[in-house]
Amino acid sequence: MVTKEQIVRWLERLASVLAENKAYLTDLDSAIGDADHGTNMARGFAKVAEKLVSVADTDIGNILKATGMTLMSSVGGASGPLYGTFFMRGGAVTASREELSVEDLGEMLHAGMQGIQQRGRAIAEDKTMIDAWIPALAAYDTARIAGEDTAAALRRAVAGAEAGMKATIPLQARKGRASYLGERSIGHQDPGATSTYLMLKALLDTLESS
Amino acid sequence: MVGIVIVSHSPLIAAGVKQLASEMAGEQLRIAAAGGVDDHTIGTSVERILEALREADGPDGVLILVDLGSAVLSAQAAIELLNEQQQAHLILSNAPLVEGAIVAAVEASIGRPLMEVNRAAEQVATLNKLG
Repeated sequence: MVTKEQIVRWLERLASVLAENKAYLTDLDSAIGDADHGTNMARGFAKVAEKLVSVADTDIGNILKATGMTLMSSVGGASGPLYGTFFMRGGAVTASREELSVEDLGEMLHAGMQGIQQRGRAIAEDKTMIDAWIPALAAYDTARIAGEDTAAALRRAVAGAEAGMKATIPLQARKGRASYLGERSIGHQDPGATSTYLMLKALLDTLESS
Repeated sequence: MVGIVIVSHSPLIAAGVKQLASEMAGEQLRIAAAGGVDDHTIGTSVERILEALREADGPDGVLILVDLGSAVLSAQAAIELLNEQQQAHLILSNAPLVEGAIVAAVEASIGRPLMEVNRAAEQVATLNKLG
């Protein structure tokens, strides 16, 4: 089970995690992108943290939608509309909810990932954040069907995201700014897959610390 | 008259393209700029695009011109937030930003309908400038 309070703490934690990892994400992005992913994500989630003050007392759906709208208007790069759509769609399937079961959280994550796929039109092995989301949610579903609880399923999801993130290193980019580099994009870890891993890891850490 | 929205990562480019297109088509042109995350930060913002859509909106619809990358994704995300009736009189154009805006501005100013304004703007992509 994930409570509304945990969702709020997850987003707050994510704001600090992204601030701490700003230089790391920007370094990854300077190798194959336009060196702004760290700055963009840190700026976007700093705005989310400010916004949370006024929406934390509402419901999970509303909190996630407000997060999505804030990201769409403050991140600046492609990750703004992509993660923005993730949270908007996640919010649409959790409207008026105060807590999420292991099934509900799975539904929220899937709705969000489908939003990212629809918006960015990336498929597996394009070297994008989708390469972290797909194995993460496959691992989550397997654990959920096997009867594991939310934290255990998320632990599998985080391991899946981490493996997917590392597996972007040998790939050649087929989407976004990195695709302009052709074969020169090979050998670098994708920044978007990395921020996706950090996002899921922050959710797991929030559940495990409370 | 068809309205035009200019979406660019740079606030200066968006404002500059607006200025250039207005110069070509006259003061009455309905054109709005949505550049940057804010006036100092490179990037695109769904909120800024929605504001520009409101500003350029009118009975004849709005053509949206974008630079590239996140401008496309942010424009699509903004369109998705509108209702079906609003979406029905918007076109997200594949035209090149600067040349497309000039052609669209001229076509809009002589009262051409939305589909034709977009067609003319998109055709600029194959224009041989060097003759």
